Amino acid sequence: MATTDILLAGFGGQGILFAGKILAYCGLMDNKELSWLPSYGPEMRGGTCNCSVVISDEPIGSPLVLTPDILIAMNQPSFDKFVKDVRPGGKVFFDSTLIENDCTRTDIELFGIPSQQLADDNALKGGSNIILLGKMLKETNLFSLDTMKKGIEKVVPPKKAALIPNNFKAIEIGMNN
Amino acid sequence: MERNLMKGNEALAEAAIRAGCKCFFGYPITPQTELAAYMAKRMHKAGGVFLQAESEIAAINMVLGAASTGVRAMTSSSSPGISLKSEGVSYIAGSDLPAVIINVERGGPGLGGIQPSQADYWQATKALGHGDFQLLVYAPASVQEMVDYVVKAFDRADKYRMPAMILADGLLGQMMEPVTFPEINPNAYDKSDWAANGHKNARKHHIINSLYLKPDELENSIIQRYKKYDIIKETETEAELYLTEDCDILLCAFGATARVVKSAVNSAREMGIKAGLFRPKTLWPFPVKEINEAAKSAKKLLSVEMSMGQMVDDVKLAINCSKPVEFFGRTGGVIPTPTEVLEEIKRIGGTL
Repeated sequence: MATTDILLAGFGGQGILFAGKILAYCGLMDNKELSWLPSYGPEMRGGTCNCSVVISDEPIGSPLVLTPDILIAMNQPSFDKFVKDVRPGGKVFFDSTLIENDCTRTDIELFGIPSQQLADDNALKGGSNIILLGKMLKETNLFSLDTMKKGIEKVVPPKKAALIPNNFKAIEIGMNN
Repeated sequence: MERNLMKGNEALAEAAIRAGCKCFFGYPITPQTELAAYMAKRMHKAGGVFLQAESEIAAINMVLGAASTGVRAMTSSSSPGISLKSEGVSYIAGSDLPAVIINVERGGPGLGGIQPSQADYWQATKALGHGDFQLLVYAPASVQEMVDYVVKAFDRADKYRMPAMILADGLLGQMMEPVTFPEINPNAYDKSDWAANGHKNARKHHIINSLYLKPDELENSIIQRYKKYDIIKETETEAELYLTEDCDILLCAFGATARVVKSAVNSAREMGIKAGLFRPKTLWPFPVKEINEAAKSAKKLLSVEMSMGQMVDDVKLAINCSKPVEFFGRTGGVIPTPTEVLEEIKRIGGTL
């Protein structure tokens, strides 16, 4: 796979940009070319928020992802808006706690897990995004678990280093659901 | 060399500090605010001054003051803020002072929007303020180039004693990419014959001035400056030529748009359409020699911009209208897609 276009979308505050950053750092760890582009409009202040991540073996053209190979959706408006843009053969990971899957496409693979519920059940407040990354990790061969862990260590700020084990746990939950 | 992951805005700031910038004066505006925020965190540790001024106008005049003493000084803003700075930029040019000004463009006119734009091309290259003068204008297309051109902008500003601008846009400012910081050993330029710094009456006063009430004196000062511009036009142009040797259609684009266009050129090639890309990295001086080289085999040119068409004028001038030049653009903060650009290439390809 030469280039993988990833789009992450959800509500502001769900950790969309944070999850995107982890993927970007995974690319950095694996010595890939990569770009990370956030939406920076009023949507950052509540409302929907999205983030484009491109991981590639070659220099990256447009960093704006319009037809993702991988979509990670964390709310209904984002799912409804972007699921139709996913490239045929692409994969969609979504939180089935918050999203009703009424997509009828058969040319893409849909993976819904109740990530919000799983986060709540396991006392991982705000871990829904990372649980979805875990699911994505299992269903794609984009990165190794080791790379993902290194990516998390890079993105979690030093002051919050105590939260790293929780993030690892969230990845594990995502991989096992 | 270690690869860091940074936003374009942060990379601009870090590169400036490493290039020896000692004074940063700014005022917040989306989408360049991270630059000033980074400076606020880092500058004092690097032994410099970060100051958030009360307005853009104050900030650019502080740059004028700091630059007058010979230190490396910089300001940054986004489109509406750059308009406010234009008077100060003209004074800096008229006083022959080195300074770096960064514009992370957003949509205009007026307050416009906050999404990426390239609609300040005319402002940057033709008239960033009143009077006969130019700025050096660099157009990076990646976070790495933002680093490289900040370093170069400080160097050339000192070398030619004139303001230099980095013309970026919201997309480049907000995106993160891997970036490496080369070992930077800024050239030391001797400023002792003009800098207005303390000397305990050991020499004659140096006066920084842009006022000449006698027309012949003013004319002469401008003619001297234009002789410098002639040298710059000869020696400082830079451009990327991509798949231009045999191209039928030459696309012209700079900055973030050039990335989109490159993807479209690659798709066109896969379809058997001979497309190429000319990407100016200096917008002033415009790479005239380079575009003529790139356009040698082209039957048509297509300028693609995030504006209603501004660089397209320079493209026509540079090739002396020797070939048809078409334009495609999106504006107001809309980023053109590779698919749209490819459609334009196909449309033009069908008419060749």
